[in-house]
Parts: sequence; structure tokens; C-alpha cells
Amino acid sequence: MFTKILVANRGEIACRIIKACQEMRIKTVAIYSNIDSESPHVMMADESVEIGPANPLESYLNFDKVINAAKETNSEAIHPGYGFLSENGEFAQYVIDSGLIFIGPDPETIRLMGDKAESKKKMIDAGVPTIPGNHGELSGNIDAIARDIGYPLMVKAAAGGGGKGMRVVFSPEELESAIDAAKNEARNSFGNDTLILEKFLDSPRHIEVQILGDNHGNIIHLFERECSIQRRHQKIIEESPSPAINNKIRKMMGDAAIKAAKVANYKNAGTVEFLYQNGNFYFLEMNTRLQVEHGVTEMVCGIDIVKWQIKIAYGEDLTLSQKDIKQRGHSIECRIYAEDPSRNFLPTPGIVHKLILPEGPGVRNDVGISEGQEVTSAYDPLLAKLVVWDSDRNSAIDRMDNALANFVILGLITNQPFLRDIMQNKYFQKCSFSTKFVDEHYANWTHPVIPVELMVAALLGTKSSSSALVQKSTRDPHSPWSSKGGWRLGN
Amino acid sequence: MNIINTKHNSNSSESISNRSFNKKIVKELRLKITQYSQGGRPEVVIRHQKRGKLLARDRIEELIDSDTPFLEFSPLAANGLYDDEVPSAGIVTGIGVVHNREVMIIANDATVKGGTYYPLTVKKHLRAQEVAQENNLPCIYLVDSGGAFLPMQDEVFPDKEHFGRIFYNQAQMSAQGIPQIAVVMGSCTAGGAYVPAMSDETIIVKEQGTIFLAGPPLVKAATGEEVNSEELGGAEVHTRKSGVADHYAMNDSHAIEIARDIISNLNREPKFKLDISEPEEPQYNPEELYEIIPEDSRQPYDVREVIARLVDGSKFHEFKANYGPTVVCGFARIMGYPIGIIANNGVLFSESSLKSTHFIEMCCQRKIPIVFLQNIVGFMVGKDYEAGGIAKDGAKMVMAVSNAKVPKFTVVIGGSFGAGNYGMCGRAYQPRQLWMWPNARISVMGGEQAADVLATIKQDQMGKQGKSLNKSQIKKVRDPILEKYEVEGNPYYSTARLWDDGVIDPLDTRMILALGLSTSLNKSIDNSNFGVFRM
Repeated sequence: MFTKILVANRGEIACRIIKACQEMRIKTVAIYSNIDSESPHVMMADESVEIGPANPLESYLNFDKVINAAKETNSEAIHPGYGFLSENGEFAQYVIDSGLIFIGPDPETIRLMGDKAESKKKMIDAGVPTIPGNHGELSGNIDAIARDIGYPLMVKAAAGGGGKGMRVVFSPEELESAIDAAKNEARNSFGNDTLILEKFLDSPRHIEVQILGDNHGNIIHLFERECSIQRRHQKIIEESPSPAINNKIRKMMGDAAIKAAKVANYKNAGTVEFLYQNGNFYFLEMNTRLQVEHGVTEMVCGIDIVKWQIKIAYGEDLTLSQKDIKQRGHSIECRIYAEDPSRNFLPTPGIVHKLILPEGPGVRNDVGISEGQEVTSAYDPLLAKLVVWDSDRNSAIDRMDNALANFVILGLITNQPFLRDIMQNKYFQKCSFSTKFVDEHYANWTHPVIPVELMVAALLGTKSSSSALVQKSTRDPHSPWSSKGGWRLGN
Repeated sequence: MNIINTKHNSNSSESISNRSFNKKIVKELRLKITQYSQGGRPEVVIRHQKRGKLLARDRIEELIDSDTPFLEFSPLAANGLYDDEVPSAGIVTGIGVVHNREVMIIANDATVKGGTYYPLTVKKHLRAQEVAQENNLPCIYLVDSGGAFLPMQDEVFPDKEHFGRIFYNQAQMSAQGIPQIAVVMGSCTAGGAYVPAMSDETIIVKEQGTIFLAGPPLVKAATGEEVNSEELGGAEVHTRKSGVADHYAMNDSHAIEIARDIISNLNREPKFKLDISEPEEPQYNPEELYEIIPEDSRQPYDVREVIARLVDGSKFHEFKANYGPTVVCGFARIMGYPIGIIANNGVLFSESSLKSTHFIEMCCQRKIPIVFLQNIVGFMVGKDYEAGGIAKDGAKMVMAVSNAKVPKFTVVIGGSFGAGNYGMCGRAYQPRQLWMWPNARISVMGGEQAADVLATIKQDQMGKQGKSLNKSQIKKVRDPILEKYEVEGNPYYSTARLWDDGVIDPLDTRMILALGLSTSLNKSIDNSNFGVFRM
């Protein structure tokens, strides 16, 4: 096995990877920017190397600094985590060219999956379902093409983006006028009126399948995750299994994911993302890295994905076969972000003054912060991932709600009360949701109001406990000797 | 009262680089303090504990009221000296509260060279007694020491400020009604025997504490008598027969309990009254000090930005703002206590000296303690300034500072160079406490100036012989001077030698000053009489 690995990341995922290494008796090297010098991942690792200023371009994203840190410390491999350099094919290549091992798929695989058009073409060739639509110039019998795709459908500009030149069409009668309008808009906005037709999914769910492949062509899947609860196109709650699909579709989706991975000659851990609606699923994209939400899969499958990533990168065979993999119980993850759901999820930097994590059976915390630490706007505001497991979905929701209630983080605003609201939302509880869930139900969400009585009680509690401990001096009524607790020089 | 306006911008590149620099040096400071607070070598510490004895710092923790501050002095004393084998100079000193009353605690650390007195151990002990005397604080000596460190006896024993002074101070304080309490928790041999013997009340721990003028080996050599140390000077002997000690304690914790009882029965007089108001946090975030303090002490910045982050509500009543602007004077409060602040904002001119002198006189009349925020390259030099009488105006400030009887507190927040150090209440001017920030520098002049002066003198000597120095020769003269000043100007060099009471995190300044102010009220503030001001 490797003797030393450099973890090219920060925050909770760096801690997660270091923990796996510690359990495997592999030494770890953390890298950090100067504002991260006291972050938990630096404290946890055996060694750490400062690699530059806060700006990621000059630190966490800088190829040479990362590679030099690995070389200086005699690391054998680099784990990129997620984000930063994890899906950068050039970086993966550079790691290999520097004589080190990249813990992830081959650079060619990363590049292929990074090219959305190219990867979609490959998937169609391999027979993986993709969102139906025409390719190339829209010509000939448009009505017939539209009928093949099926209504509702979307007319959109090939050069488009940002909703310009897009029209949703619900019936054949609307088609012609929609095409004319879209053409006009596309010409005006992009100087190019080429249009494409594509099936319109009005309320899709986001379901993805976890893949593991070794360097010898063995590929298995670890079943699916439901990630439809999103805000600003980013997931905040994930669960496994998905409550939306039955075993038949589950199997079809798993097979399709393996097919997709085989086409890409996939090695190591990866995720095939699908959109799902009305019994059909469509390939969306493939993520060639460890996912944030890998924890829920680990909980239901009983498999440590990060350890497998390391073993596979070292060249070990995947000793698991598909029939060994079983889903057991139900797992939910909530992402705790330093952000304000009442103000369009704006990041809310600050100092973590107090942190108390919930514990109990089936509760897992993946955390990247510690008390006293400053959460800056320089990086992703993800603070922690709270993961629970229980025998079924309803029990898991109750367990999560209770764990969230016992999750204390003071000093900055987080989305914790918002997540609790979702746990108590009956549509969420009844599995009746799509990726539009947050927009539909929480457009005007506000923070819960704390009753005045409660605040007064809390205030009285702190007052009485501090004055009970130390007798006040009548000679010097506000003396810092009696009002400032056990202060010590240099602590 | 006016709230100080800030021009500080946390997002400027300067702020960001200052923050990273200052956080780094504060982290270094904390590491050093933690490291030097461990006491002696681990095996010695374990041996000490196995004998049922508490460590010096744990004894202090038990002695003071629970959940109250302890203001330790000079934890980094002797760092880098004596082969770095005498952490904290083998003695822990500081102010804590016992039964709600501030006391000076002086505890030998027997895990460090048996608690013997090195030259700096003596200096640190004497400094603690000085603080106790100035502030009228009862002294508790937690004694566990082998006496003077014999190999260095010439630097420990004979002189005025050497070992003997400890007992002289005990006698003086006892006479002034400042209680002297000794807790004998280990050996008190030879000179050390006088600490308990000179105390008002003494506790001794069974089978641990011993007091004798000569230990068993010396007794045998002198008289041939064979005796073990317990028989010679243990708790039984001294509490039953000799009367050298007053209270018999079963162990360390019991001894500490008795010491606390003694303090609760002292009948101390009430504190001096100042016009104290409800404390307020500064309006601006004190953490921003890290962004304000420049890496290079020569770089100018507005010291009001520092004051704004130290004082209550960031409120400051400035005096003579338009006159002599290179020194900032004004009234404010720290945790409710009224203070006058004198802070440098550039080089001292005649006007700034006169303004400071005027301000010091006012503080003395009104009995308001003065805080000096020292960041000074010196007094202005040059033909015009000499002719304008800068020397006599500087002297007025020194005269005022020297004779001011109000409690004075000095914090070296940047440079401390030349006569500026005097005017701004340097160590020689008897501030109640003097603290340094980790970015501070202290020397007779800046390293650059010293190097230039010596290079010029050398040039002149050569010139008289008709020769001159080339660039590399000048460099040869300058470089060792620069290096010397860099090393010796460092705050850790200073604190190792007790030129200050400690190097502190700038964020602790407010707390430390408040503790100091509260402590100073144990002694009434006398009227100040000034000498002849040269006009």
C-alpha cells in the first residue's frame, strides 16, 4: 500500500480523506493557503505544506505548488477530493507525468466526460438513454420530428444559453409560432438562428448512480442517490435509496450506468447522473470524482468508497462483485452551509464561536470546521455534512430532524433551520417533489422567530450561572478579576 | 464623548498581508508560551508528581478562586539563555485572586533545576515583589527551591539586587502592612530558609517541606552529626519545636487551603476609588488590530486606529488634537476605568513633548492612571531643533513622567528607540507594568541608524589618514551592527532578560490593562510633586 498521500483539498472532504488514510495506516500531507493555517484538515494531517495566499488560483488550483508540495514531502499519490483540481484532465496528466499517482480516473476519461456534446454522442452510440431531441440542423418535416420526440418539448437556440431563444411547447398547434418566435430571438441574441428540439421535462428528479471500477476492467455500481432537493442548481439534501423508483427501474438505471462507465473506460469512483420523470430516465452527465454526497451510499451499502478509491489507485483488484452489493435501510444527508436561505442563499461568512455536533445511533458528521475558526468568503461555504441512517425513510427523516435540532453552530448564520423545515415538509415526507421543490415551496422563506420568553430565559441562564460562580467585588464593582472568567496570558 | 472615526479597510491588500503576518507571530508567541510553561524535562515532572507533589502552575490554579484570571509575568524569562534549560527562569510569578482579593503569587518550579535561583530567577522574584509593593498586594510564596544556583554564585549572591534583596523586600513589605505568607512545599535550604522565616505566617507540608540553614551533608561535614532531612527541618520539628512554621499541612492541597484561609482573614482595607462606569466593548472589532499593526515598525499609521480597538465604546476625548500632532493624548476608559492615553504618532518634537507634559500634569492632578502606547523612533534631531530647545522640552516630559505618582502602564506597540523610550515611560520610569507586542523592537537607536553612525565614524577616521572606505568595506562595518540590533532588538531577547513583564497578543492588551488598573487600586494614589522644569 501507499505510505504517504497528499490531499489536494481543504474543508470537510480533506478531513474525510485523511481519516480514511489514518485508518489504512497511510501518512497524509495537507496543503493549505495562508488563511487556512489553523483549519482542521491541517491539524489532522501528519504533515502540512503552506502553498500560498487565499486566492485559490495561487494556491489550491496551482498545479506546480501542489506537485511541489507532494514532491517535497515524498508523497506517492495525490487525492484531489471534489471541486478544485478534481475534474481537471490536464492536472491528472501532470500528476502522472511528475511520476506520481492520481487517485481518480484516467486523464482521457476526465476530458471526455468534461465535453458535454461529445460525451452525449458516445452515450447515444452505447445505447444509454439521453434526452430525446434532434441533432444538427432542424429541417425536413418538423411536425414529424416533434411527434417522435413527444410533447411537451422545448425549442431552443443551438448557440443559446440563459433562457434566450427558448420556448416550451405543449401541443402541435403551438409549434409553428414558437419556432418563429424562438428564431427571431435567437437571431437577435446570438446572430445565429439554428434551433434544436428537445424533450421538455417539466418536473424532473435528479437521480444518480455511484460507480466503482478498477484498473482491470471490473466495474460495479453502488445503487442510486436521489438529489432533487436543490437550491440555485446545487444539491442540499440527498438520500439513498431514491423513493421515486421501483426495483425494475433501479436495475435498468444501474445497468445503464455501468454501460456508460464502460464506454468511458472508467476507473476508480465516479457518478452517472440522470434526470428522471414518469418512469423514464435520461443521461445528464458523468462526474469523474468523489461526490460530496458519497456518504449516503456508504451508509446503505456498508462500503467505504474513499478507501476503495485508494486501493484501486494502488492497483488492487475490485474484490466486490455486483451481487455482493445490497442496499440496506435508508440514509439522508443534509449539507450545512454558511448561507442565508432568507436572502437568496447568500453566503454568510463569520467566526464559528461554538460548535456542538449531534450524536447518537446512526448519526454521522463529516465536518471541516472547528470552534474559533473563521469562515471566509474565499471558499465554498459548506461547513459540514450531517448524515443519518435508519431502517426506513420515515425513521431516517425523524432521525435527521432530531439531529438537526441538536446541531449547534453559533457565530454565523447557517441553513440549519431551513433544512429542519424541509424535514417537516409533508411533500418532502410523501416523496412528492422534483428539482423545483425549493422554488415551489420556499420562495419567501424567513427565519423562525425565537419567542422573547426563550431569549429572556437564555439571558437569565447565562447571567445567573456566571455570577453564581464568582462572587462580585463590592469594592470594584466591574472588576475584570471577577467578571472575565479564567483568563490566562497566552491562551 | 466622541467615537473615533476609522479609515481602516479590512479588504485592502495591506490589511490582508498585515493580518497574515500578525496572526503568524501571535501563533509563534502562543506556541512559545505553551512550550516554556511545561516546566522541566518530562521525566523530572513525572518524578515530581510521583512524590505526591503538585506542579507549580497547578498549585497556583488551586490557590486562586475558580474561574478567575491569572496575570502571569514573564513566562518567557530566560528563553534562549542558560542553554535554554531554565524555562520561565524556574519560577512562576503573577497576580491572581484569592477570596476575591488580588494577591501576588511567587512559586518556585522544582522541576526546573531543583528550583534553584539563576540570576534571572532572582531578577524575576524581585520584580514580582516590586509589583506587589507598588500595588500593595499580599505575597504568597509557594516555596520549593534548593536556594542559589551555586555555579553562578557571583551573579546571584553579593550585589544589591541579588538574593539578599528578597528578604530585605519581605521585611520592608511586612513593615508596610503588606502580608507575607509562605507555603513550604519542598526544600528551603540555606538562604532559602529565610523566605518562610521572614514571612508573617508560614505553612509547611508534611514529609515534603523542609527548612534548614544547612542540609544533612553540610551538617555532617561541619560537626560529624548524622541526621536525615525530615528530622533536621521537617514539618514536625518546625511546627512543634522550633516555631519556624505555624501551620502543619498533610499535603499540597491542604497547604493551599490553609493559605486561602489566611488570606480570607487579612482584614484588607477597601480599594482606592476611581470614577468607574459600566464597561463597554470597543465599537470596532479588536481583531482588526491584526490588520492595522504593520509588519515593519517603521511604517507610519494612525495610532487612533489602535486606541479605537482598545477603549470602551471606542470613545476618546482627545486633548490638543491640533497641537503637536505627533503625539496623541486624551481620556478614555478601559473596562470602566478612566485612563489618560499618551500614544506616539510619529517622532517627538518640542510641541509634542510640551503637550505630553501638560497632559501628564493634568492626569496627576485628577488622579487618573496613564497608559503609554509606545511606538517611537526618538526625539527630532537637527540644527533648528537643537536651537529650538528640543533637549529641554524632552527633559520636561521626562521630568513629568518620572514624578507622576499615578499608576502608569506602558505597552510597546512598535519601536522603542533612544530617548523616546524615556519620555514614553520605558522600564526605567517605573511603570506599574510594561508589556510588549510581538511585533515590537527595542534598542538605543534603530539598527539602520546605528550602522550608519558607526560607518560614518569609521569613514572619518580613515579620512584623517587620507584613506577612504569602499562599498564592501562599509558593508563589513554595517552588517554585524545590523545583525546585532536585529537580534537584541527582538521582543523575545527583551523578555528573556526581564526588560518587560511579558510579550502579549495585542488582543489581550485590553484585558491585561484592565487587570492592571483594577490591581493598582489596592494602593491609594498620592499627590505628585514635580521637580524643576527647565523653561
